[in-house]
Amino acid sequence: MRFGVITFPGSNGDHDALKAIELGLKQPVEAVWYRETSLANFDCILIPGGFSYGDYLRAGAIARFAPIMDAVAEFAKQGGPILGMCNGFQVLTEAGLLPGALLPNGSLQFRSQWVHVQVERSDTPWTAGIDDGTVLKLPIAHGGGRYFADPETLARLEANGQVVFRYTDASGNRAPGANPNGSLNDIAGICNEQRNIVGLMPHPERAFDAIIGGDDGIKVLSSVLEAGIAAVAGR
Amino acid sequence: MQSQSANGQRRWRADVYVTLKPVVNDPQGLAVRDGLHMLGYNEVEAVRAGKYIQVWLEAEAESDAEKRITEMCDKLLANPVIEQYRFNLVEQSQDDVE
Repeated sequence: MRFGVITFPGSNGDHDALKAIELGLKQPVEAVWYRETSLANFDCILIPGGFSYGDYLRAGAIARFAPIMDAVAEFAKQGGPILGMCNGFQVLTEAGLLPGALLPNGSLQFRSQWVHVQVERSDTPWTAGIDDGTVLKLPIAHGGGRYFADPETLARLEANGQVVFRYTDASGNRAPGANPNGSLNDIAGICNEQRNIVGLMPHPERAFDAIIGGDDGIKVLSSVLEAGIAAVAGR
Repeated sequence: MQSQSANGQRRWRADVYVTLKPVVNDPQGLAVRDGLHMLGYNEVEAVRAGKYIQVWLEAEAESDAEKRITEMCDKLLANPVIEQYRFNLVEQSQDDVE
């Protein structure tokens, strides 16, 4: 499966993502410069973490207009799997490809730490290889990860099962202190209605080997392989 | 003080105020409020922080400038999911220093 990793000016998680796919998944992967206009060579797309355009105005607000984003929207429309991690999640919400918005953390502090998230839905290409209810240990590093959506949108997300990852304690229980940023409903990651686009604040690409503190991220990244095989088998 | 260039365009400055919607929690405003309380300004009830953005542009008429700035706010300057905006237009003379 051919992975594409989009690099915006100010991305800093792009090389983490490239390494995770190359070393962790041993799949072909290429960086895609933000001035490119085609994603025809790829089977799935990763939008990495970082501070695209310095987070000026709002995180992700300017990256949304980068030349490559038209191709990302088209890729999304055709059902291609897209994963936005941290800043990638912020870019996807600003682009309107995922609902809601990400606000500065409730604590106003930048949080760089390990967290636990529970996988609530395995029916996305980025969770297909994970059993519902599995708790993953993943790192976060963000100043603006407080997920917000208006009450109607939030109710719709919950009703449609679009909340994919939720902050919990290590046992999978929602607990005060488990949510690092004050996101509504302890949301850590969501998907679109078609379920092919997933965005989350934690960094699966920074947890692809026990030697760097954990390898739960591989479960997320490798899910798309299983999802791809299932899709081929289903045809 | 009005100025009109040869192509009939007038110059404007839009003072745009972007604020969080009332339903959106504003920890920055809360922190500033607490700071003011610590300084002894106990009469302060609430603080909300926002952005002030100035945009200089050319437009034939005020209504044109208003239309363009509204578009800019909807597309980029504000995020309609979490923010609201308002703006004032001030006509600029040729001599205004920016």
